[in-house]
Amino acid sequence: MLKINNLHASIEEKSILKGLNLEVKAGEVHAIMGPNGAGKSTMANVIAGKEEYEVTDGVIELNGEDISELAPEERAHNGVFLSFQYPVEIPGVSVTNFIKTAINETRKAKGLEDMPAKDMLKMIREKSELLEIDRKFLSRSLNEGFSGGEKKRNEIFQMAMLEPKLAILDETDSGLDIDALRIVANGVNKLKSKDNAVVVITHYQRLLDYIVPDFVHVLHDGKIVKTGDASLALELEAKGYDWIKKELV
Amino acid sequence: MSKYTEDDLELELKTKEYEYGFYTDIESETFAKGLNEDVVRAISKKKNEPEWMTEWRLEAFRVWEKMTEPDWANVKYPKPNFQEIAYYSAPKKKPKLNSLDEVDPDLLETFKKLGISIDEQKKLANVAVDIVMDSVSVATTFKKTLGEKGIIFMPISEAIQEHPELVKKYLGTVVPTTDNFYAALNSAVFSDGSFCYIPKGVKCPMELSTYFRINEGGTGQFERTLVVADKGSYVSYLEGCTAPQRDENQLHAAVVELIAMDDAEIKYSTVQNWFPGDENGKGGVFNFVTKRGLCETNAKISWTQVETGSAVTWKYPSCILKGNNSVGEFYSIAVTNHYQQADTGTKMIHLGKNTKSTIISKGISAGKSQNSYRGLVQINSRAENARNFSQCDSLLMGNACGAHTFPYIEVKNKSAQIEHEATTSKIGEDQLFYCNQRGIDTEKAIALIVNGFSKEVLNKLPMEFAVEAQKLLEISLEGSVG
Repeated sequence: MLKINNLHASIEEKSILKGLNLEVKAGEVHAIMGPNGAGKSTMANVIAGKEEYEVTDGVIELNGEDISELAPEERAHNGVFLSFQYPVEIPGVSVTNFIKTAINETRKAKGLEDMPAKDMLKMIREKSELLEIDRKFLSRSLNEGFSGGEKKRNEIFQMAMLEPKLAILDETDSGLDIDALRIVANGVNKLKSKDNAVVVITHYQRLLDYIVPDFVHVLHDGKIVKTGDASLALELEAKGYDWIKKELV
Repeated sequence: MSKYTEDDLELELKTKEYEYGFYTDIESETFAKGLNEDVVRAISKKKNEPEWMTEWRLEAFRVWEKMTEPDWANVKYPKPNFQEIAYYSAPKKKPKLNSLDEVDPDLLETFKKLGISIDEQKKLANVAVDIVMDSVSVATTFKKTLGEKGIIFMPISEAIQEHPELVKKYLGTVVPTTDNFYAALNSAVFSDGSFCYIPKGVKCPMELSTYFRINEGGTGQFERTLVVADKGSYVSYLEGCTAPQRDENQLHAAVVELIAMDDAEIKYSTVQNWFPGDENGKGGVFNFVTKRGLCETNAKISWTQVETGSAVTWKYPSCILKGNNSVGEFYSIAVTNHYQQADTGTKMIHLGKNTKSTIISKGISAGKSQNSYRGLVQINSRAENARNFSQCDSLLMGNACGAHTFPYIEVKNKSAQIEHEATTSKIGEDQLFYCNQRGIDTEKAIALIVNGFSKEVLNKLPMEFAVEAQKLLEISLEGSVG
């Protein structure tokens, strides 16, 4: 599914990713952990194609195709989804209108007709139930005045609607209380299939109690420095990151 | 709004040139350039006007001659040479039409390009259309249906002939000939426009609609519109403008007067899309408009405008809230791109008790344009318990444009309640990236964000107009980012 090889990226001449390697296969869940400033969010943004970042070396392959030169919307059309750490507000644009536009733009890129309104409504109903979203919420302006939990749930709702191949969840757990965390995690678990993959970026082990990863990677100073199974996350929770840094020396 | 699909939008966006920049070759009769009393008399004569009308025009001309062009607005442009303008241009073939078959085929073709299918509108939109093409109306539909209700809706030149008592009674009562430089000019030389009268207690059963166009190179167009809603009546009036592409500047100085008598309501909606000049600021229409409405007791006037065109816009649709409990509303979207300049807003003059006004202004600036809101809220000493709410929001794109707000508030009665809110925001890279990440390209993302920003005003427009307005917003901002 996703194959990242020797990825180097910088922002404003400052080098952040320094030779990152990662392979994610369909049906897998990967967790990326690491201390502040390790480059976790940069990795997510670079995969999604944010233009502020300059890729100086390396390859990002999605299903065998190098996507590192594609515009962000083209990557999205190819099935990349990023759940934002800080979702932006778009006043006056309802959640429904936004997701409708996103779906139809993606369909258009694939040469498909707009999704019929009836199907759209049916899908909205199903997915909002899945994520325990009150449908009144869907007519509100995108992220405007949303609580932290609502913003994140809205991200996962969009993911459910867009059915991406590769979903990257950038600190989706931050700002969530325990109930919201459970709902969001349940949603992600229900959306998981053998055909898609999930990369979970998190500081804390807490989320991984609900979304159980097949692999846990430690990102440090722009590189993945350690990989293990779910138990690695528990170990990190108990011992912090310092022991890994020491191992590296 | 569901009729308009993304595919339509994409087609629109592909059109790089000004969409309606075409020119119809209809034989027309144009006066020589220049303005003096003889020209004013000639216009009046051409239109077979009665003596009182000729005198009215001449009086306006004499006032205008002594006036100087105002320069207080936040716009810069080369002052027009008023002796270099031809003041009358009428399509030569002016038939009395009973059906569309009799309309000049070239003209019908033009309407097709504009997306105005009269037939379709008859069937689908339930809109009676009085089309002003280069100063003289050439087609009027639905007259019969309206006639049954006693509603008069016709070119003002015809109204002068057929209903002189009404025109004489109301013309110039809200915007006097002496009001300002452009209003005086318009009063002297206005070519045509629309007249509308709704009798007592009648709710006009359909939206009344006029499409204005400037068609003859070098001729200014000076429309005059007069809408009179008698006691307890209701009318919704739509005005839309498109103009062909031109190299030289075209002057447009219209006057619109609305009179809402006791318990009457007038909704006046405008989508304005005059040629804005090209991306280097060359050409474009100068739009100096005086629009004002008078509200008697319990009456209500709503102005809704979507301004996307013109090189220079100078326009302040206003309400005089004369009667007790009368209500004035102003909802506006003004878009400027490239080198466009807009100085637009409203005046709410509270004279009566318990009068209420609402102002919602949305300014969108892109390119190197300058967009100013200028508004006056005036509460006079006898206006007990007057209330006003004003909200002025500006949205900026890029770093080279400007948004300005000039709110004037004059309160002479202590019981007044005035609220003013203003915001300025910018379309952020983060917003665009967020949309991009969801598969929405930047052009479409801007359209989405702008429509969201403008929603409160778009919602005030009648359905068919809202669709058109939405398209216009998108076209106008095409290519404004990256």
